[in-house]
Order: sequence, then structure tokens, then C-alpha cells
Amino acid sequence: MAADFSFNRLPCNERAEVEITIEGHKVIALEGETVAAAVMHSGLRPTRTTAVSGTGRAPYCMMGVCFECLMNIDGKPNTQACMTEVSEGMVITVQQGAREIGGDRL
Amino acid sequence: MTGLQQYDLVILGAGPAGMASAKEASEAGLNTLILDEQPRAGGQIYRNIGRPILQNRSILGEDYYVGESLLAGLAQASLTHISNATVWEVTGDNTLCFSAEGMSRQVGFKKLLLATGAQERPVPFPGWTLPGVMTCGAAQILLKSSGLTPVEPLVIAGSGPLLLLIACQLIRAGVRVEGIVETTPTANYGRALKEIGGAIKGWRHLLKGMRMLNEIRRSGVKFYKCATELRAEPGSDGNLASVSFRKGSTLHQLECQTLLVHQGVIPNTQLGRAIGLEHQWDEVQQCWKPTLLENGCSSHPDIFIAGDSAGIGGAIVAEIQGRTVTNEIVQQLGLKGKKDSEIDSLRKELADQLAIRPFLDYLYRPLDMFLRPQGETIVCRCEEVSATEIRGLVKQGCVGPNQTKAFCRSGMGPCQGRQCGSTVTALLADELGSNPSDVGYYNIRFPIKPVTLGELASLSQPAQDGTVK
Ligand SMILES: Cc1cc2nc3c(=O)[nH]c(=O)nc-3n(C[C@H](O)[C@H](O)[C@H](O)COP(=O)(O)OP(=O)(O)OC[C@H]3O[C@@H](n4cnc5c(N)ncnc54)[C@H](O)[C@@H]3O)c2cc1C
Ligand code: FES
Repeated sequence: MAADFSFNRLPCNERAEVEITIEGHKVIALEGETVAAAVMHSGLRPTRTTAVSGTGRAPYCMMGVCFECLMNIDGKPNTQACMTEVSEGMVITVQQGAREIGGDRL
Repeated sequence: MTGLQQYDLVILGAGPAGMASAKEASEAGLNTLILDEQPRAGGQIYRNIGRPILQNRSILGEDYYVGESLLAGLAQASLTHISNATVWEVTGDNTLCFSAEGMSRQVGFKKLLLATGAQERPVPFPGWTLPGVMTCGAAQILLKSSGLTPVEPLVIAGSGPLLLLIACQLIRAGVRVEGIVETTPTANYGRALKEIGGAIKGWRHLLKGMRMLNEIRRSGVKFYKCATELRAEPGSDGNLASVSFRKGSTLHQLECQTLLVHQGVIPNTQLGRAIGLEHQWDEVQQCWKPTLLENGCSSHPDIFIAGDSAGIGGAIVAEIQGRTVTNEIVQQLGLKGKKDSEIDSLRKELADQLAIRPFLDYLYRPLDMFLRPQGETIVCRCEEVSATEIRGLVKQGCVGPNQTKAFCRSGMGPCQGRQCGSTVTALLADELGSNPSDVGYYNIRFPIKPVTLGELASLSQPAQDGTVK
């Protein structure tokens, strides 16, 4: 994972640490933060590729309106990483292509 | 419908409008439910205010921590508050469905208050889809919720008071900003001056704006005024590598790994659209907003709207509207509301707070390239449809946004048009030589957020204890 895109963490108030796996690398996230935030702190870029042309994308709005942050979270494809909180042991991978939202989603 | 949990009032959104409404409703004795899809109350301005993450409080500034008192009001209110609850359907017969923790629930309401806030205006320009380009609001959310600052070198580009605020917050956080590329068109200044009367009435806002500009000036960050022709360029890895723009006759290029963009905020109308509420085009703010009576009632007699989802007014306006609209609801439900004198003084405060809006709206009207993009600029991010393609559809006989879905799938992706809807309307209006009100908007259908089959299945099973969790 290229760490050169890593978002910097400022001095924060006390938070429990959560270990998660992003693209096979174990990283530490803060309890209560979103998967998208943890992924940006880890420096991963892009976080998905598009269905139409296969180009890379990364979180854009962080508030649930652009759907650019779709990732595979604990085996659930096309999940909005900016609307999902991290939890211990979570496994996150880049979302490749797929157009439909979620495995069994409407 | 029998067996459904019934509420006098359901409030959607726990931002300033929703939190203020919740307090009023509970004081008046309404059986109230407040839902928000975020894990904690606060809305956009006061996001994560219940558990501020930054040690250094001066970074976000005192306007952020003001939210603590609204939150305390919500905590004391006697009502049901469910977080992480995404509302995905509202029916005409006064029920709604939401998902929380992997389960869906349906509840009934006598009155519904939409306090779903704003979203940042989509800003299509060449390269806006590159990884590394994100909105100013997104960077602020990372700062408020995770204490994160963007990878440098960083450039900020766009227009509006929120851009200045977020630039100041990042500078205070010690982030090195390569440049602020301000795209406010020169012509806007003259037009805005005609509204100076309102601006003087709203001098407190004006002063805040001047302080922010001063703070930026003192920081030594390069400030490029009246920039045009914004373009983000990728490196060989496909990620953002630089941004270019024109200022006067000079073409500038700045290397960057993060580009934050912003062109103001527009009402979040997704839910109201799907319900089928009436909307109207606001020519000055260049956005759609719901058609409302003065008392906040929408075209459905039991659905009210307050805060930025009713029309952009900012946090204080949202809070006051939350109170006045709830008072109207309380009275319509046959309970005793506030004294007339109290309502009058709230109305006056509202008018004072709104006085500066025309000035701001004219000053920060986005550059045409963002409202009516040309060429290969992607308009629909989900389905990768360009401005040229959308414009070309008119020659093929396309007359409205819903037809573009069939022609080129624009608006059919996961964001359901939230990022392309207003642009598609503007481009069709441009090509047809008509105006956005006549062209209309996408028909939005429920569910407005993805729902799993598992969540849907849970709808048919009554909750264990007969109540919503
Ligand atoms: C990203 C962003 C950052 C901003 N930052 C600032 C700032 O720092 N300072 C400032 O003065 N103004 C800021 N604003 C402007 C802001 O809109 C107002 O100041 C203020 O937050 C509006 O209050 P509100 O109560 O109308 O809506 P909001 O505060 O936006 O609250 C709306 C709430 O509704 C919830 N919601 C929306 N849809 C659903 C749904 N379908 N189901 C469940 N819940 C839903 C959201 O999660 C949100 O919590 C920001 C706007 C945006 C978009
Ligand atoms: S980043 Fe926009 S929806 Fe998640």
C-alpha cells in the first residue's frame, strides 16, 4: 500500500484503538471513525475502480451523497465506506468495477 | 395500518434544525421520534460535537463548540432518538421506513419534519473525478470526526464562505496550503454591491468573512483571485498530480496530492423529491428547493421542512426555523404553542439572520464553467457521462432529465443523481434554450438509499417487544 497518500492525524482526545485490515495490511484505526477515514489515514488511493472504464476513484464527499467510497467491507461489496464505522477485525478491500450496489442489494 | 408504532412527530435529521425542533416538541408534550443516519447528533456544522476529537479547540473555532448547548437540549428532551438510522422511504399514508443496525423498521407519524440539511453543490470541471480531488466539506468532516488533515501538497479551489472557513481551519491545524484558488467571478462583485443594504444589516456575518480573509492573508498562503479554467491533471498512476488555472492572462500550474473544491451548498431534496413534494428552481442560488408555505409546510399537509433542506440559510437560521416550524406543528396537533410575542421575536431574528443572504447569493454565484460545463468534463460520475454527451442528447430528441437516463444512463448509478441532477437540468436548458423550471428534474424513486434484502425481510417481522428499538 502506498503510504505517501496518508492523511495526517493531529493530536486527538483519548479514543480506543481498533485493528482492521486494509488490502491485506493491518492498520490501527480509532473507535468511532468511518472506514473511509481509516482508509485515507492508511494512504490507500484509489479505493475503487469504476464499472464503465475501470478508472480509479477515491472518497469525494464523506457524507453519503456521492457513492465514490464504495468498498468491499467484510465481504459485503459496494458498501459506502464513509457511512460505515470501523470495528475490530474488519477486513476492507478495494472495490473493483461492479455496478450494482451491494451483493444482495436493491 | 395497525400494529405500527405511532408518533405525533417524526424528525428526520439531528442537525441544528432537527435538534432545536426536538427540544420544542418534547417541551410541548409531543410523542416524538428523531432519526439521523449519522452515529451521533450534530448535523454538518456540529458533526461529532458530542465527542470532540481535536485536542486543540482553536482549530475548529468557537462556532463549532456552540453546538454543545443544542446537543445538551436534545439530551434532556424526552423523546426517542435513533442514530445510524437511514430513512429510505416515506409513504403518502404517513408512514416511513428506516434501516438501523441491519434491520428495517416502519413507523407511523401524524406530522413529519424534514431537517435533512444541505449537500455541497456538485462542481464538475475537468479532472474532478481523480483520486485526490475531494470537497472542502469532506476535508472538514475528516477533521471533525477523525482529526485527520489532507496529504500535502494541498490546493484549495472554489468559492464561498465555507471555503474560507475550512481554509482557515486547515491553516490553524498547521497544514501547508500551496494556494487558494478563488473562482468568484469578477462581475459578481458589482452585482452583489446592489444588495449591500442587507449585508450591512448582517454586519456580523460580514465581519466574520473579513476576519477569515485577514487570517488567510496573515498566514502568507498564496491567494489567487478571480481564477478561471480550473483543471485537475493526473500523474502516471492515475491519481491527482497537479491543478492548473488561469488568472488574467497567465496560466498557473500547482503540483498537489490533494485538491479541495467547493462552490457553496444546495438543499438536500432527495427525500422530498421521492415523496413527490413540489419543488421550485431558485434562479439566484441556482438550485432547486421545496415549495413551502410561510409556516414551513410543504405541498403535503403533514410534511414540514426546516433548515438548509428548506433553502440555504445556515446554522442559526436552521435552529430558529426548527423552533418556529415545530411551534406550528404543535398548534396544528391541537396543543398550546408559544405566545405570539415569542413567535414574533423569533420571526424578527429570522429576518435579521436572512438579511445578508441576497448579498452572499449574488457574490458567490458559481462561475459558469461549473454550472454549465462543456466538452469532455464528466457530469455523471457514476456512469461516466460527459457534458458533450448530455448536450448532444437534445439533438437526438431528448427533452427532459428522465429521458437522459434511457439515452445514456446518467442519473441511474448509485448516487441517484445527487451529483449530476442539477447539472443535467442546466445543460438541457442550455441546449433547448429554455429555463431549468421548464426542463424539470429527475424523478427520484424509493428506496433513496441502498437497502439489503435482509433489511427488507426484517420489515415484515414485528419487533420482539412490539416497539422500535
Ligand atoms: C459538508 C458540510 C459542512 C458544513 N460545515 C459548516 C460549518 O462548518 N459551518 C457552518 O456555518 N455551516 C456549515 N455547513 C452548512 C450547514 O448546512 C449549516 O450550517 C447547518 O449544518 C444546517 O443545519 P441543518 O439542521 O439544516 O442540517 P444539517 O446540519 O446538515 O443536518 C442534517 C442531518 O440530516 C441527516 N440526514 C440527511 N438525510 C437523511 C436520511 N435520509 N436519513 C436519516 N438522516 C438523514 C444528516 O445525517 C444530518 O445529520 C456545512 C454544510 C455541509 C454540507
Ligand atoms: S465519500 Fe461520498 S458517499 Fe462516501
